Amino acid sequence: MEKQIVSSDQFVIMIERLSHQLIENHGDFSDTILVGIQPRGVEFSKRILEKLNQISSNNIQSGNLDITFFRDDFGRRDVPIEAQELDMNVSVEGKRVVLIDDVLFTGRSIRSAMDALLSFGRPKQVELMVLIDRRLTRDLPIHPNYVGRTVDTILEEKIIVRWESSHSEDKIILINSENE
Amino acid sequence: MSKLSVDHLLGIKNLKKKDIELIFKTADNFKRIINQPIKKVPTLRDITIANLFFENSTRTRLSFELAEKRLSSDVVNFSSSSSSVKKGETLVDTVNNILAMKVDMVVMRHPNPGAAEFLSRNVESKIINAGDGSHEHPTQALLDSYSIREKLGSVEGKKIVIIGDILHSRVALSNFHCLKKLDAEVRVCGPSTLIPKYLDSLGVKHFTNIKEALNWCDVANILRIQLERQDVNYFPSFREYSMVYGVNKELLDSLDKEIVIMHPGPINRGVELSSDVADSEHSIILDQVENGVAIRMAVIYLLAQKINK
Repeated sequence: MEKQIVSSDQFVIMIERLSHQLIENHGDFSDTILVGIQPRGVEFSKRILEKLNQISSNNIQSGNLDITFFRDDFGRRDVPIEAQELDMNVSVEGKRVVLIDDVLFTGRSIRSAMDALLSFGRPKQVELMVLIDRRLTRDLPIHPNYVGRTVDTILEEKIIVRWESSHSEDKIILINSENE
Repeated sequence: MSKLSVDHLLGIKNLKKKDIELIFKTADNFKRIINQPIKKVPTLRDITIANLFFENSTRTRLSFELAEKRLSSDVVNFSSSSSSVKKGETLVDTVNNILAMKVDMVVMRHPNPGAAEFLSRNVESKIINAGDGSHEHPTQALLDSYSIREKLGSVEGKKIVIIGDILHSRVALSNFHCLKKLDAEVRVCGPSTLIPKYLDSLGVKHFTNIKEALNWCDVANILRIQLERQDVNYFPSFREYSMVYGVNKELLDSLDKEIVIMHPGPINRGVELSSDVADSEHSIILDQVENGVAIRMAVIYLLAQKINK
């Protein structure tokens, strides 16, 4: 069973709000790097960057991080995860980094991402922005700084963000696999 | 597909084209990682790998050891000159003793052809063949093809000539299999005494004239004259070999096109390859060495996925 939890209209407003929250905390972004987590955080990060570029004229540094080799479940999955492209041509040494991912679930990806990030220097601060926070399913003590929507879900449920080529049609779906 | 079809890397012959493509794709990621400020990932921190070298090696052994360390695995090294092999212990006993210390993977170089295959049938461990006599040297062939792909965009349809001592070369045999699986055209060039008879069965043609060979090819992979295996006189002298089959700048300048020069190392400078060519912009010899670490990381990573936790 599929249920839409964020409509396309709400999505646009959400991106707008999160962008303003970033501006409120990071000012002119001179010290800040936005880092999207592969694969799905990258789309989200693109939307945020687009919006920020519309609102302010600052040149914002960004990158994409692949966490495959930093995960804690190597050899424990039936189907191995394929590595994605890594695009970090910036040093994070002394910078404020905002990690960006679509859904915060167990927190394990974020732990891996923090590990992977340290390969590029010692950041001054790391923050976390997620579109959806599934707050009841955390395995690790990780808490986001910027949240699109907090939802209460059980393990069997699945949250899917449908990124569309026309950005005004993005939406978020909740799938209940028991009823599938 | 994101798993290899094999449980060990014994030779290129057992691999499918899809396996080779998966190894290359994985190596792309590792190549990016070894060029980062911090060149290490924690992926294999609970895996232990033994490097068993029953034959001398510098480059391959260093390359494997670096690849293992960059993946954060624990590494133990073994060389036959300082071991109980000299006291008469059999190969299976030696390896089983090492495995009893909870080792997950074995990288082995051995002077006997088929040693890796034999080991894979007799011990419980993942085996990577790092060269077995004059049989196969799969990681070298993988890194050679990977370097061609990097330099020329793809391997498919490219013309590669392998020059020199084909008879004693495991690099040549593995390269034949690898290049053919990737749909490249392969030929060899060298004195007839150093060309093995099995080439016909592989469908590999043979040049005796070096200039003809170089004019035909896009890439020349020049092999080392193996001083340690010249038990019979296969050619009159190194001087003569160098005059007839040595690749030098004069020869390259006389061609009507530019070709890529490769060499698996170590180079006998002035014998099969002159210094001005080895150090020229046509040569991708040092790229091969760099790619070797990425390829070995990929192979180890993909085989480690098959270890049951």
